[in-house]
Amino acid sequence: MADEIVLLSIWPSMFGMRVRVALAEKGLKYEYKEEDLQNKSPLLLMMNPVHKKIPVLIHNGKPISESMIIVEYIDEVWNHKSPLLPTDPYQRAQARFWADYVDKKLYDIGKKIIWSIKGEEETGKKEFIECLKLLEGELGDNPYFGGENFGFVDVSLVTFSCWFHTYESYGNFSIETECPKLVAWTKRCLEKESVSSSLADPHKIHNFASGVRKRLGIE
Amino acid sequence: MAEQKVKLLGFWVSPFAYRVIWALKLKGIDYEYIEEDIFNKSPLLLQLNPIHKKVPVLIHGDRVISESYVIVQYIDETWPHCPLLPQDPYERAMARFWADFAETKLLNTAWLGLCARGAEREKAAKLAMEAVEKIEEVVKGKKLFGGESIGYLDICLGWISYWLPVWEEVGSMQIIDPIKFPATSSWMNTLLHHPVIGDNLPGRDAMIEYFQKRSKDIYESDWFKDIIRLHLHP
Repeated sequence: MADEIVLLSIWPSMFGMRVRVALAEKGLKYEYKEEDLQNKSPLLLMMNPVHKKIPVLIHNGKPISESMIIVEYIDEVWNHKSPLLPTDPYQRAQARFWADYVDKKLYDIGKKIIWSIKGEEETGKKEFIECLKLLEGELGDNPYFGGENFGFVDVSLVTFSCWFHTYESYGNFSIETECPKLVAWTKRCLEKESVSSSLADPHKIHNFASGVRKRLGIE
Repeated sequence: MAEQKVKLLGFWVSPFAYRVIWALKLKGIDYEYIEEDIFNKSPLLLQLNPIHKKVPVLIHGDRVISESYVIVQYIDETWPHCPLLPQDPYERAMARFWADFAETKLLNTAWLGLCARGAEREKAAKLAMEAVEKIEEVVKGKKLFGGESIGYLDICLGWISYWLPVWEEVGSMQIIDPIKFPATSSWMNTLLHHPVIGDNLPGRDAMIEYFQKRSKDIYESDWFKDIIRLHLHP
């Protein structure tokens, strides 16, 4: 019996893109449904009644929410191909730690730059660069956070890269100047079909952010 | 690897440290406990967890692991007997989801309620109760989240059975009404009567005193106003 896989997301979401990357890494076919967050579908409300958020993966009718929980689920179910988490428990712990770091820090700090929470743009920018530098340090000289292979932490972070141009534009800084190795890593990841086919165009993201800022009255 | 020495850096009243203690005890793993003064952080802690500078930290041989739920999963995978996470990937995803939910929607709001005052305390307590409503649905009909035995979700949510009533008392709030939440109340009771949990808890009187002081200190701090604004008035 073929698996029925549906992904509910919105195209600019770096969280939804993580799921797309994971599904592509595993070579899985799925139905993508674009949500309108101003007018959430009955399906979304039924499949994620707790948070009412995207992304939601629906596998044979059963929903899973929270992007990295979805990615780990995908990795466990379709474990025959392109493993995202290593097999060693300590390496797995390291991967979970760093994916959690990306989740806890990067998104919320990045919001200060783009959505101009009053007076926090400069501290936001400083903290954001510090986070990226820490991540760059963790990458070291490895091709990927997963070492020789693209892995769990790579999935968690690479989808932020299509938002880099937006962060740079509103924060007035260059991520490549601050973190050249990290930018080199994003380019390396984009050479992978699973990544390039899943990430949104940075200029479209910028236009999207601009539209939201206008709506919020901060543009 | 499993036979290498295990050490746990913790703080006597930290619910996060107790997740690790319970996981180690359930698996029958010997460990050395090292008390950390989180208000006067040791060079050891700063060296072992430079990124978050927090407890718990597990040291296993020359391996260092931080973040309580990362540690619990590490313990579960390194010592696979008495498994904590379910075997089925969907059930595992559900356990992880609800652990994350309880952390972000209940623990954080209950903590805010403890440290806030007046209308803001009431708002935080109300949000916490809304979270318990959802947890009630998950635990209904079950003895424990893990079924017949303690599992990952019981460990991650275990603080609800002991820390939350202390916070309710110190904060003069009621979040777990046993009439409104019979399944959750029953689960709390089951957990507290389990020898591994019940025998491994900090002293209640000392906790009350600690959280009374903590609540006052945090409420009076400059930075708490920002936390309130972020979480209660987004």
